Amino acid sequence: MARKLPSRDVVIIGLGWTGAILAEELTDAGLDVVAIERGPWRDTAESFNVGYAPDELRYAVRLDLFLRPAQDTLTFRNNLSQTALPIRQFGSFLPGDGVGGAGVHWNGQNWRYHPTDFRLRSHLTERYGASAIGDLTIQDWGVTYDELEPFFDRFEKIAGISGKAGNLKGAIQQGGNPFEGPRSDEYPLPPMQMTYAPTLFAEAARSVGYHPFPTPSANASAAYTNPLGLTMGPCTYCGFCERFGCANYSKASPQVNVLPVLMRRPNFEARTECEVLKINLDAAGKRATGVTYVDTSGEEWEQPGDLVICCAFSLFNVRMLLLSGIGKPYDPATNEGVVGRNYSYQTNSSVQMFFDDKTFNPFIAAGALGQSADDFNGDNFDHAGLGFVGGAGMNCVPTNGRPIQTRPVPPGTPNWGSAWKKATKESYNSAFSITSQGSSYTMRGNYIDLDPTYKDRFGRPLMRLTFDFPDNDIRMSSFANDKLATIAKAMNPRQIVANKTRSPYTVVPYQSTHNVGGAVMGADPKTSVLNKYLQSWDVPNVFVMGASAYPQNAGYNPTGTVGALAYWAAHAIRTQYLKNPGPLVQA
Amino acid sequence: MRRAAATASLAAALFAALPAQAVDRQNFEQVERGRYLATMSDCVACHTAPGGKPFAGGLNIATPFGNLLSPNITPDAATGIGAFSDDEFVNAVQNGIGPQGQRLYPALPYPYYHKMNRADVLAIRAYLNTLDPVSNAVEPNQLPFPFNIRMSLLFWNWLNFDKTPLVDDPSRSPQWNRGRYIVEGPAHCGACHTPKTFLGGDDNSRALKGAVLQGWFAPDITADVRKGVGAWSEDELVAYLKTGVIARTSASGPMAEVVVNSTSKLTDADLRAVAIYLKGQKAGTSGSSRPPVATDPRMIAGKAIYKDSCAACHRENGEGIDNLFPRLKGSSLVQQDDPTTLIRMVLEGSRAAATKARPTGAAMPSFAWRFSDDQVAALLTYVRNGWGNSASSVGADAVKELRGSDRPNLAKTGQQ
Repeated sequence: MARKLPSRDVVIIGLGWTGAILAEELTDAGLDVVAIERGPWRDTAESFNVGYAPDELRYAVRLDLFLRPAQDTLTFRNNLSQTALPIRQFGSFLPGDGVGGAGVHWNGQNWRYHPTDFRLRSHLTERYGASAIGDLTIQDWGVTYDELEPFFDRFEKIAGISGKAGNLKGAIQQGGNPFEGPRSDEYPLPPMQMTYAPTLFAEAARSVGYHPFPTPSANASAAYTNPLGLTMGPCTYCGFCERFGCANYSKASPQVNVLPVLMRRPNFEARTECEVLKINLDAAGKRATGVTYVDTSGEEWEQPGDLVICCAFSLFNVRMLLLSGIGKPYDPATNEGVVGRNYSYQTNSSVQMFFDDKTFNPFIAAGALGQSADDFNGDNFDHAGLGFVGGAGMNCVPTNGRPIQTRPVPPGTPNWGSAWKKATKESYNSAFSITSQGSSYTMRGNYIDLDPTYKDRFGRPLMRLTFDFPDNDIRMSSFANDKLATIAKAMNPRQIVANKTRSPYTVVPYQSTHNVGGAVMGADPKTSVLNKYLQSWDVPNVFVMGASAYPQNAGYNPTGTVGALAYWAAHAIRTQYLKNPGPLVQA
Repeated sequence: MRRAAATASLAAALFAALPAQAVDRQNFEQVERGRYLATMSDCVACHTAPGGKPFAGGLNIATPFGNLLSPNITPDAATGIGAFSDDEFVNAVQNGIGPQGQRLYPALPYPYYHKMNRADVLAIRAYLNTLDPVSNAVEPNQLPFPFNIRMSLLFWNWLNFDKTPLVDDPSRSPQWNRGRYIVEGPAHCGACHTPKTFLGGDDNSRALKGAVLQGWFAPDITADVRKGVGAWSEDELVAYLKTGVIARTSASGPMAEVVVNSTSKLTDADLRAVAIYLKGQKAGTSGSSRPPVATDPRMIAGKAIYKDSCAACHRENGEGIDNLFPRLKGSSLVQQDDPTTLIRMVLEGSRAAATKARPTGAAMPSFAWRFSDDQVAALLTYVRNGWGNSASSVGADAVKELRGSDRPNLAKTGQQ
């Protein structure tokens, strides 16, 4: 029996980027906020000691900062005809754990999704007709780029993003991304200093008619103090970003950019190593009364609250709704229900190049240090006659030259022995890869539900993920990979190795932790879990942050848009919901 | 000192002649001024036990002679100061004499508070009277024989208690005089920053020239250009005391607590007065240091260690990052005669003050697990003599001595 605690104004589940942002905004509005986080407390100096933060074995191989499957995992299958099995070692994606969440272990590419991404079905229908979409279940977000713009700007200033604007209030800017949506302001920091490989990529991309620009980066190009008064140090280009905490206060994270201010507030409390079991509802199921959580001693506690905000990693937001009975679970057989519907991912490919006459020093790197080109992203190009919709960003972001895992060798090289040693010695400094990060569009069979067989340590059903790459996305990715190859050829390497996306999707090799959807936002309660303010249609005192709200994924890293949506939702809560608690959009 | 003792009776006569000023709970201005002066005096720092109620006492204060527990100064009649008359309160705070006539230990810095106006002391009393009484009986005296004999303090006072009243110096500006009042009175800066005699009294011939206290070296804050605040502008001093973090350095260790609890809450005018007074202090003669030459093997090893483990934040040129990673080049803290604080920072790590204006509270992690005593000594010898710095070299034995302590540190939680 759970022991009942005094009620709070706001209960936040998960203390990563969105939990920290919502807590900062709502404590600033005078509310009493408690955040409940299942992982440990993490702080830069204590947890990311500069003396051992760059320990590749501990953090990149043994995945020290990530969720352990023994704590929580999910089952997986490719399609409805298969029986899902538990993932016992995370591979293709790596869910985070602990305070800061994915904001601790990310690389730091910080993008705004394109204006057409937010009204995707409407836009594609207008341009190509409904038939071009086929049986994809893509849809509009219910919110527009213009509505989100001030909140993109806010997140970029909080996180100290380095980059170059390509479109300032409609005026195209030299050196930036000419395809991006109009920005109200420049990036708060200038682009990072370029290393050789991205410089070469940019020259080659320009030579074949594309429009490269510095990848927007949350690795600070210079010292920076954000609007909350928090200071970042300049990036040292050490190349230990993804899978690592930053020891230098240089990679934007909740720890560096929000939490020190939040932790000073007397109306905020963080409860770590406490795992929320479910959101509690009243008898009618129309109002959340709080949450029940369990601490490390196995004690159960009931934390009542007036407002419950789900701020876990996207997959776990979906599971929390399923476990709590909030919203109707999606059933692919009938195509009815919404929770778990429209799960999507990222459709990536790469082209690797080996040179004889060039030295790249890949150890001088940062997680988001590079050049990108958006010529074939989203709907920036005419899809007529191509047989697919969607697109991919083309990126040259050599994130690291870490000695254990960065061992580029040409195909045909043995996996061990003297020939492998010779090849890694020859190629380490003279090879690099460029990638296409492609959109992932939704279809009926790709979804999340509760597993009928497997349970977690509390006896709750595991989440079951059913996913494979849609044919549309395979065609899109192949097209984008061919475009990458034209840039690669312009660099004149000795050898080019193209790695195209292939079906079936597998959870073994690492691909991306951009798991999105399942609790999507939209304008129609029949096809969305949340309204345009990320508020549950069914239980209006529950809001759900994060990329679980994405109706489908675009060819970008999701964090920038996650941050913008968090500020957008916080603004709606502060200016509308608190004055009149209830549905902000009538169903 | 003898002269000081002789003037004591004169001072007592002066105070007796002042009209008794009642503590008045109806007097908002008096209570408010008392709160401000209690903040300036940082009463809460010593009179609060870890996790205890503010001002209810019980903090263990380690002195070179043994341990003392700070008393309860809430207005509880039985265990606090509720039963003190105003005169008894003043006598305790300003003369170190308790209500039963017992001598108080100078961990209560009454030689400083003696310099305060009686009206200011009574204002503090008025503020303390507004607190909730907390019942918390504390026996302050935990000292071993013979220091537990309070009569020994008669001798101590005779040697160390300068009862000369502060009289404004008309040749100086009102700001300088206000600064002197704050520094030598309520803020009791010298309690940490002035070296002590063998009996624990202030060595006033070396006032504010830096002293070891509770395992930290409170640095020189005279106008010495290399070791003191002589190279700092007034604006920098004001900003340091207000925010704890300025371009050149960050307050850490006990000073971080002083900034957070006390100086950050003082008025800009008072902080400016403090800055003017400190900048007007004569720089003493710098201690003779024999800096090692660049070809010294310790300098060569230290430079390599620095580049490997320190330069990412403090930069290879020692210039740090403004408002985040303190400058080591030209740093007065780095060039103190006594390297205790530096050794401790490397072994245990350190967290900067976090204030409303500078909330980051950047921290340096512990390196105790990574470096041997010799390596810490070489590193600090280099830091103290790199980039034009000049200070004595650091010996491995000094590192070994400080490493022995089992204080909690930043490494233990992070290193698993």
